[in-house]
Amino acid sequence: MLQKVFAGTTVNVNEEGYMTDSSQWTKEIAKEIAREENIDLTEKHLAVCEFLRDKQAKGESITIRSVGNSGIIDIKGFYQLFPGAPMKKAAKIAGIPKPASCV
Amino acid sequence: MQKEEHPLKKVCIICAKGTIEDVYAALVMSNGAVMEGIETKVFFTFFGLDAITKKHMNSLKTGTVGNPAMRMPGGLPFPTLLGTLPGVEAGVSSMMRSQMEKLDIPPVSEFLEMIEAGGGEIYACKLAMDMFKLEKSDLWDGVKDVLTVGQFYELCGGLQTQVIFT
Repeated sequence: MLQKVFAGTTVNVNEEGYMTDSSQWTKEIAKEIAREENIDLTEKHLAVCEFLRDKQAKGESITIRSVGNSGIIDIKGFYQLFPGAPMKKAAKIAGIPKPASCV
Repeated sequence: MQKEEHPLKKVCIICAKGTIEDVYAALVMSNGAVMEGIETKVFFTFFGLDAITKKHMNSLKTGTVGNPAMRMPGGLPFPTLLGTLPGVEAGVSSMMRSQMEKLDIPPVSEFLEMIEAGGGEIYACKLAMDMFKLEKSDLWDGVKDVLTVGQFYELCGGLQTQVIFT
């Protein structure tokens, strides 16, 4: 199993850098993963991450539409917060697996 | 999975048919590309124009005749003759839409908005517009432009670009 140190904590990750044990996640870790993705983490980013973590914990599928309907941010804003590949980046920073949904 | 040395940078997706499944194939591919950070341009032509025509975009249908892959709920074959009865096409189509809604797949207009929100661009084919006597005002407001084939190909240039015909 691969491991990586973020904010002084050793966490388990897969070969793509996604955390494999979301219970190890903290906001400080999120901040450091975000930095690797060239994102300066704000409260807004964290709110999205918490939303995704909550969906993940409930076993619900994670879609970009659900983020748009979350009341936290619209889809355009989501693309601006996590430029490039928003779902993948947000999931990585939120310490959850890479989204398996096609939408 | 091994990392691709030259990942896709741009996709140009062409949708020429207007059934639910043809249009959604194009929309899912397009939205998926946008979500991966791939530059995305979608070109609607011929019957595919229904997907970006205000009047029709949210009431597309699935054809119920001549589709050997169509089955009854439960898996029994769907007789083509049954598909010709009044109301069957509408019923099957609404069933398709409700199944998609369950998977959080949005209606066509919302799907297009999502693609646009991520920077994807939607285009209409000039020749097909002329053929179907459509004006720009008949189209969904987010359509970026009405293009000739030549103009569309001009947008398709560049390394690591793929043209996809759904």
